Amino acid sequence: MRLHVQLFARARELAATATVVIDLPDAACVSDLRHALSTQHPQLAPLLQRSALAVNGEFADDTDSLPANAEIALLPPVSGGGE
Amino acid sequence: MSATLELTGDGIQLSPKEMSRYSRHLIMPEVGVDGQKKLKAAKVLLIGAGGLGAPLGLYLAAAGIGRIGLVDFDVVDFSNLQRQVIHGTPDVGRPKLHSARDRIQAINPEVVVDLYETRLTAKNAIGIIEPYDLIIDGTDNFPTRYLTNDASVLLGKPNVYGSIFRFDGQASVFYPPHGPCYRCLYPEPPPPGEVPSCAEGGVLGILPGLIGCIQATEAVKLILGRGSPLIGRLLLYDALEMRFQEFKVRRNRNCPLCGDRPTITKLIDYEEFCGVRGQEAPPAATGAQTWEITVEELNTRVKNGEPVVILDVRNPPEFEICRIAGSVLIPLAELPGRLGELDRSKEIIVHCKSGMRSARAVQFMREQGFTRLKNLKGGILAWAERIDTEMATY
Repeated sequence: MRLHVQLFARARELAATATVVIDLPDAACVSDLRHALSTQHPQLAPLLQRSALAVNGEFADDTDSLPANAEIALLPPVSGGGE
Repeated sequence: MSATLELTGDGIQLSPKEMSRYSRHLIMPEVGVDGQKKLKAAKVLLIGAGGLGAPLGLYLAAAGIGRIGLVDFDVVDFSNLQRQVIHGTPDVGRPKLHSARDRIQAINPEVVVDLYETRLTAKNAIGIIEPYDLIIDGTDNFPTRYLTNDASVLLGKPNVYGSIFRFDGQASVFYPPHGPCYRCLYPEPPPPGEVPSCAEGGVLGILPGLIGCIQATEAVKLILGRGSPLIGRLLLYDALEMRFQEFKVRRNRNCPLCGDRPTITKLIDYEEFCGVRGQEAPPAATGAQTWEITVEELNTRVKNGEPVVILDVRNPPEFEICRIAGSVLIPLAELPGRLGELDRSKEIIVHCKSGMRSARAVQFMREQGFTRLKNLKGGILAWAERIDTEMATY
């Protein structure tokens, strides 16, 4: 299946794009997606380990399966606020 | 158990002047006199009197929150004024707490303001947070964010969260067991240096205004017990695309803090947890060689005409603001692909804004076999302070 992953904040900057496309075998789960993202976009790898992935608008666990045509969002932590 | 605060306005009086001040609240059924009394009874703690704390302080004071605590240890700097609208140009150099208190009391003298002129630490957090009904996270770094979250969860207080970076903002309300905590989203902090702060990456000045106002709205709703709070929802705002998106967040049963079998039962060492202790330190010296140089030493060498390469690893917009004469710009992110441009036979002095990115650059270049390297201690800010005092800074 082909998935479109929407990137936010620092992830969007590192990848220099707002969306990446990842091809995965059917019946893949969130951790497979995480692995594929790290491999195909190595600049995202260190951040990806500590980022959240949302599937169809809901934060997902690594063991959750990926439905076909799922909308994925990669949400890295953001620290700024005061200073 | 209700996810709203069990606040009561019993015993609270509103004077005729206050009735007049809050009249636009009082005529709405969702607030009314009872609601306004709840706001007056409420005690809210703002952690950080900066970008997010500015609109929060202004609007919560105007709304009639009875007691507002402020935690901050910084002084107002010119570079704050682009977004921290609670402080004005005449306040530059004053403690942020004093400036924020004066502005709050000018807006609404009915508000009692508590000042905590300190950094929030694992030692003082419980004592500072405990007297308040509601905590608002307006911090600017991961250690304080995790500390704020953990202390709020341990004390059972709602934590109204906001975070900003460049054109992106986030907001949520963490309030276990009604919903998740920050650790359910992000169990562990990112590797140090992976997520730049606003000081490193910049921020649209208006952005904290919008996110802070969302936090203030959530705080008022929780106090009134009205509407649907952002519990279990992470709201994302993209100012460039002018788009709001919302993601559902479940409480993580395995969360080390608020899960079914918590392993964190007291506050920890957050600097160590976030890997930021000693981050400012340069790479360890090996043998007799030291990897640091002061701005005075560099200035002497340049004046003596010694052949040194001054490598600036900041980003191009920063280079546009100020630069050391004769320096070459290779942003840190581009360094791995551009090492071939550097003359290894000469000594290379690496600098950035304050010395952290250049320390990473020196470490990386050492791993790549460069031997004649020095990190400029204190970066271009030290150069501007001690050598070229006319230089523009940021």
